[in-house]
Amino acid sequence: MPAPIRLRELIRTIRTARTQAEEREMIQKECAAIRSSFREEDNTYRCRNVAKLLYMHMLGYPAHFGQLECLKLIASQKFTDKRIGYLGAMLLLDERQDVHLLMTNCIKNDLNHSTQYVQGLSLCTLGCMGSSEMCRDLAGEVEKLLKTSNSYLRKKAALCAVHVIRKVPELMEMFLPATKNLLSEKNHGVLHTSVVLLTEMCERSPDMLSHFRKLVPQLVRILKNLIMSGYSPEHDVSGISDPFLQVRILRLLRILGKGDDDSSEAMNDILAQVATNTETSKNVGNAILYETVLTIMDIKSESGLRVLAINILGRFLLNNDKNIRYVALTSLLKTVQTDHNAVQRHRSTIVDCLKDLDVSIKRRAMELSFALVNGNNIRGMMKELLYFLDSCDPDFKADCASGIFLAAEKYAPSKRWHIDTVMRVLTTAGSYVRDDSVPNLIQLITNSVEMHAYTVQRLYKALLDDISQQPLVQVASWCIGEYGDLLVSGQCEEEEPIQVSEDEVLDVLEGLLVSNLSTPVTRAYSLTAIMKLSTRFSSVNRIKKVVSIYGSSIDVELQQRAVEYNALFKKYDHMRPALLERMPIMEKTATNGPTDIAQTNGETDSTILDTKHLPSITQPASQANDLLDLLGGNDVVPVIQTTVPTKPASAGGELLDLLGDLSLTGIPPMTAYNKNGLKIEFTFERSNPSPNIAVITIHATNSTEADMTEFVFQAAVPKTFQLQLLSPSSNVVPALNQGSVTQVIRVLNPQKQQLRMRIKLTYTHKGSPVQDLAEVNNFPPQSWQ
Amino acid sequence: MQFMLLFSRQGKLRLQKWYVPLSDKEKKKITRELVQTVLARKPKMCSFLEWRDLKIVYKRYASLYFCCAIEDQDNELITLEIIHRYVELLDKYFGSVCELDIIFNFEKAYFILDEFLLGGEAQETSKKNVLKAIEQADLLQENFSSQSPHNCLSTP
Repeated sequence: MPAPIRLRELIRTIRTARTQAEEREMIQKECAAIRSSFREEDNTYRCRNVAKLLYMHMLGYPAHFGQLECLKLIASQKFTDKRIGYLGAMLLLDERQDVHLLMTNCIKNDLNHSTQYVQGLSLCTLGCMGSSEMCRDLAGEVEKLLKTSNSYLRKKAALCAVHVIRKVPELMEMFLPATKNLLSEKNHGVLHTSVVLLTEMCERSPDMLSHFRKLVPQLVRILKNLIMSGYSPEHDVSGISDPFLQVRILRLLRILGKGDDDSSEAMNDILAQVATNTETSKNVGNAILYETVLTIMDIKSESGLRVLAINILGRFLLNNDKNIRYVALTSLLKTVQTDHNAVQRHRSTIVDCLKDLDVSIKRRAMELSFALVNGNNIRGMMKELLYFLDSCDPDFKADCASGIFLAAEKYAPSKRWHIDTVMRVLTTAGSYVRDDSVPNLIQLITNSVEMHAYTVQRLYKALLDDISQQPLVQVASWCIGEYGDLLVSGQCEEEEPIQVSEDEVLDVLEGLLVSNLSTPVTRAYSLTAIMKLSTRFSSVNRIKKVVSIYGSSIDVELQQRAVEYNALFKKYDHMRPALLERMPIMEKTATNGPTDIAQTNGETDSTILDTKHLPSITQPASQANDLLDLLGGNDVVPVIQTTVPTKPASAGGELLDLLGDLSLTGIPPMTAYNKNGLKIEFTFERSNPSPNIAVITIHATNSTEADMTEFVFQAAVPKTFQLQLLSPSSNVVPALNQGSVTQVIRVLNPQKQQLRMRIKLTYTHKGSPVQDLAEVNNFPPQSWQ
Repeated sequence: MQFMLLFSRQGKLRLQKWYVPLSDKEKKKITRELVQTVLARKPKMCSFLEWRDLKIVYKRYASLYFCCAIEDQDNELITLEIIHRYVELLDKYFGSVCELDIIFNFEKAYFILDEFLLGGEAQETSKKNVLKAIEQADLLQENFSSQSPHNCLSTP
């Protein structure tokens, strides 16, 4: 049989293949030849064959049939064989297969070989891919070699020990004695690997950590020598002596100094020295500075040193080398929480990094920018961030938009600014904002009462431009539904009002319903908005028509809404105004945005598609109860203590709106009580949807010279009635009729009996408490008939 | 360091050194994905990227990409120096190294790497010492006659 072809011959041949198929063919042919050669137990050429196999393996072809051959090579006496054999073992064998255990004995023998290069091979292999079993078996040998005076072997043994410890942490103890004088070595290789070994041990065991803390002075000395010593050609890299060793020592110092005052103090000087003396023109110097900064920030360094560290990072930010900038941003991100003010000083440079071309740098700059936003810099920062949002990659837009919303919520200098910012985000990155931002934005807009006209106008204009961004469209249609009347009346104060007719608005909303760009959710929003406009616009017929069309829509959600709205037009028209009234200001709860809306007035938000929230439309009587329950949430009890005035005073007003038309129904007011300067007047409103509820507002005035403080009004009614007291406007009735306390009472009178009431008044006047009881019988008949 | 890969601009693997135990299938998958990711990077981008939970440090020397995967606490900038040191060693050994040298003498590239790094960490920080060790070991090779790295007949 001819000798197998040489390795390089094979490589050359394979490279001539012009197609993948051709290459595969050559490989298969050669593999076959190699296999038969293996079968023949050919010792001479085994090495050559395995080498060829390794080449083919690198090209991606299977080579597992060569595994045992590698073991045979390792067992051979020839150095060339061993070299290739160990290489093959590292490439082809892994600890999952039992085959590798067969290596153990060979490695053991080679660890004690007379030639240090053979010992080196076995140490290297063990340290690269030794399994836990192998490590257990051979740890003793490694430990022996760790104590040898041969530095070539000692350095390898140290790293091999690191691997053993990683695989079998329990064995760490056995290496402890050998570490005793590792740092006294002059040889840099041994020093470097020893520091790595010590680092590994300290990271894994707090006991080891305390044990090795005593090495800090020695480490400091070694580092100092490296910096101060003159040029050493053997270890020099661009004028710096052994940067690899310096970096490793700095890292070990970091671990030793963390949380320990004494050690930290012992290394303060050397850290300052390294930080100030290291040459920064090349990457290698910056690598050392980087490690130094990480160490300074992690240990208990004095504040001057910390400021020095942050300033180094600041300088890094200005470096032309993007790698340095990247590293600086990463480190600043880690320290921004603890050293916030120091990092703030570099804000403008960080913001400039938003314009960097590198994606990773941009992302870090964005995260850092959000961390640095505060009340003082919000306007400037937001300008930059909005510009960034415009131009950044789509992957960033969602995160950036969320970040902007958060920052705006925390630090908005004015409502108008907040709304403008929100609008800007919606129009530039509208399709990327997260789903939960729609209800949050709606809440924000609702609560900015004075901005309603401005907001709806801007949103309307935005809709005219672009209806493709769903979150924007949803918020806009909701607003138009709510504030459409402000839109057509042209009442905007903040900017030039636009002339818009009802038909134009309805055109836009209907356009959303039919557009292909609108999602089902958006369509639901716009249908509801159109419906709401029926109480704000006069073109009710047009709205009726639209609603009835969608009664037969294929979309079940739209269909259900349209049918219910239709019913509203036909059978419950008297309830329509109340149901579709303006939204009250919402309490912000953590997660309940939409549910609050549903609760407060029975109007559904499109995200809650549960139309059961609409009050039951069966009997008007029970309807009243539903409304009561919905609105109050308080249990309705005959005598009700007034709620503490610290509750949001808006509750009373909003409920009034909800219950009826704001116009009074013409019932004359009456004086319920007038004694000792305290006069209480009742004014009436009848709630239209349910005539059984009388809404009485009391007005308490004080004609004496002194204020009446701690004023509490209580009322009771006969058992056939139900009464609810809402919170008073205040509990001080000012003197000399300078103002009044108002409070709302709602009385349910289903049996239409004559209204009677007993009231109790308590207050403090001129320092002494006053209490009085009275009966109120002079209710006008219209209030209860 | 968890692993080091060398590959060409066309994505052909020239050297792979793994310091963590993974199956062949996993290694292939990682290699494929990482090569794709690195090759897609534009020249102006920085040498670092986050990939899965690792930090990747890569640098291009002529037609070869040198790519290392390091852990969170490792220093990226010094890893660039490690890559550079390895290139210098190859350069010194082969005399103005080029990709072909590494293709035709891949086993030597491994031997040099194994004299420089062990278990993913640098074992020798002196260039001179690494090269001396390789030289001595080469002398031990049984078929050493007039063995020069460029001599294609000096095969195992």
